[in-house]
Amino acid sequence: MCGVTTERPETKGECDRMSNEDLAVTADGLSKVYRLGLKEQVHDTFARAAIDFIRSPLQNYRKYRSLYQFDDVAADGSTADQADILWALRDVSFDIKRGEVVGFIGRNGAGKSTLLKILTRITPPTRGRAEIRGRVASLLEVGTGFHRELSGRENIYLNGTILGMTKREVESKFDEIVEFSGVERFIDTPVKRYSSGMAVRLAFAVAAHLEPEILIIDEVLAVGDAEFQKKCISKMQDVRKQGRTVLFVSHNMPAVAMLCSRAILLNGGQVVMDGPPGEVIGHYFSSDGSASAEREWLDPETAPGRDVARLRSVRVVDRDGRTARSVDIREDVGIEMVFDVIRPGYKLLPHYYIYNEEGSVVFASLNQDPNWYEKTYSVGRYASTMWIPGNYLTSGTLLVTPTVITRSPDSLQFDEPQIIGFNVRDNMGPGTARGEWGGELPGAVRPLLKWTTEYSSETTERKDFERQQS
Amino acid sequence: MPVVVIKPPTGWEAIDFKELRQYRDLFYFLVLRDVKVLYAQSVLGFSWAILNPAVQIILFTVIFGKIANVPTDGIPYFLFSTVAIIPWTYMSEAMAQSSQSLVSEQGMLGKVYFPRMIYPLTPLLSKLVDFSISLLLLLGVLIYYKVTPTWNLLLLPIFVVYMMLIPAGIGLWLSSLAVRFRDVKFAMSFIIRLLIYTAPVLYSASLIPPEYRLLYSLNPIVGVMEGFRASLLGGAVPWEFIVPGMVVGVLMALTGAMYFRRMERVIVDVI
Repeated sequence: MCGVTTERPETKGECDRMSNEDLAVTADGLSKVYRLGLKEQVHDTFARAAIDFIRSPLQNYRKYRSLYQFDDVAADGSTADQADILWALRDVSFDIKRGEVVGFIGRNGAGKSTLLKILTRITPPTRGRAEIRGRVASLLEVGTGFHRELSGRENIYLNGTILGMTKREVESKFDEIVEFSGVERFIDTPVKRYSSGMAVRLAFAVAAHLEPEILIIDEVLAVGDAEFQKKCISKMQDVRKQGRTVLFVSHNMPAVAMLCSRAILLNGGQVVMDGPPGEVIGHYFSSDGSASAEREWLDPETAPGRDVARLRSVRVVDRDGRTARSVDIREDVGIEMVFDVIRPGYKLLPHYYIYNEEGSVVFASLNQDPNWYEKTYSVGRYASTMWIPGNYLTSGTLLVTPTVITRSPDSLQFDEPQIIGFNVRDNMGPGTARGEWGGELPGAVRPLLKWTTEYSSETTERKDFERQQS
Repeated sequence: MPVVVIKPPTGWEAIDFKELRQYRDLFYFLVLRDVKVLYAQSVLGFSWAILNPAVQIILFTVIFGKIANVPTDGIPYFLFSTVAIIPWTYMSEAMAQSSQSLVSEQGMLGKVYFPRMIYPLTPLLSKLVDFSISLLLLLGVLIYYKVTPTWNLLLLPIFVVYMMLIPAGIGLWLSSLAVRFRDVKFAMSFIIRLLIYTAPVLYSASLIPPEYRLLYSLNPIVGVMEGFRASLLGGAVPWEFIVPGMVVGVLMALTGAMYFRRMERVIVDVI
């Protein structure tokens, strides 16, 4: 890359013209600063703002301006004296070649979504610059702009144009979209009569038939049933085969590993690692000092959840109920989720997914406690703990996804991907699966299993014995 | 190959008409959505576009025409108010919807980019559909009172554009303000109720003493009302009432567009 940044791309020097042809996206020192305490600073009523404004006009002007002007933030980004500054993104630079499929990974709050919002022009950067060569389509959320009162047909046109297609382009793709979504029979029915699955399928179908040079995707693979997800992944593979550029944000590591040719790991708004997906994903899981054993949501309004249940906390506990970052391989370990039920009369099914460092699901477990399974939950607070027996897991880091759905019809309440983690400490000696064996012991799990061995002193004698019997 | 340069915004920026044109199909479908959704699941459907002003006209005719006996320069009060209420209905509805456009579409605002100016401009066009339907009512009333068209009618398109300019200016100013101050929504409903009395909708502009006429006609709504009356009912066009308001209206729309362009970059972060 040249490092030459001029105002107009068409006036660029020789070497930039070369890169124009094979670079789809360049980001150069992108930063995004948010000022915290926005809520306290902005007056919600005009009257209060007006009174304050009369009291100290200049100060108030500065205060409003400070929400979106950051001249006071030091150019080198030193914010030691500014506690109210949040760098959602800090000096992020990368080049993406035409045809690359790049996965952006990192924990919640690492800056992935902010980066995508800047690249899709939803919000401008505070500093730095990016260039995008080619038509962009973004799927930050499937079904943006869908209107319940409009028919499927009308929504296809509306959604298509919102995503950047022209009317003619939607027309030419219309039959394909309808077929892909599988809602032919209901195409002239208002979307409010659709099941939620149908609406999602239709929305994804529109998005999947965009033909941009650059496709920006945020977690769309999280929607729909397994069958539909398979369809989506194969659609993404098609896009890749056609040589289009894809920027993909996901928590689904196997999908990143399978679909992407490159991965970029973000942490704290900065690029930590950029390289082949296998290595970057490995680094993400091994360097995870950041996955804490406990997460709590103090504000019920912002706690993850929907109309029925809200997740309030999730943590790893030892036998005595203490939060445990690390457990001995021989000991039982519990995963406790505390959730509030805010609407009564639903059957709830809490469950967990346990992932290992490679991003594979080690197992998933549903609450099968006969006291609660198929029971309707009343309003209140619930703490559900799943106990994993000692001598079952293998050593290493494990990540936990807590989920609650309501049953019949199944509806997701919350699903916080790999929100907490814990470490299983290897151990040897009596009472372990390893025993005195100090060598390698592979496997996704390491159960201490019962072995039986029968012994006889003479194999020939036994055969004679059997012959006599028959 | 289109190249998009993303960089921190600086200072005042011009309106990107080229970009707006690229999104014209979206503009069209958003207008279509507004129109279709408005009367979805209603029995009377588009008849509401006639019924709504008709009820107001009857009410005002009874109160101001019959009971208060407001002078109307010899024009029957029913005819007099119909000619004004129909553009007024358009302006007040477009104003209210346009100023709330960013707040009510905030879900879309944070998810996908298209020129933000499309949000406040969409209601100007979708309400024009209602306006066109209510012209049928106007036509019926004109025929009933046997009003013969004059050459003034040729000026009507100018006044229709002028009529659209006012909610455009107010919508551009207030939609970005409403993002920061939710008060705008509540203030709008009573401001609109007050605004009707600041313009010659229910009374004749000739009631205003000559020394206050210039001040009075700085209100752009005055010019729209006078313009509609003159072009539909004939007579001399009272330019002295129309021109000052037109200047103010154009200024409002221009400054509104500038302010909007400046604010649109922080809308997503502040909303």
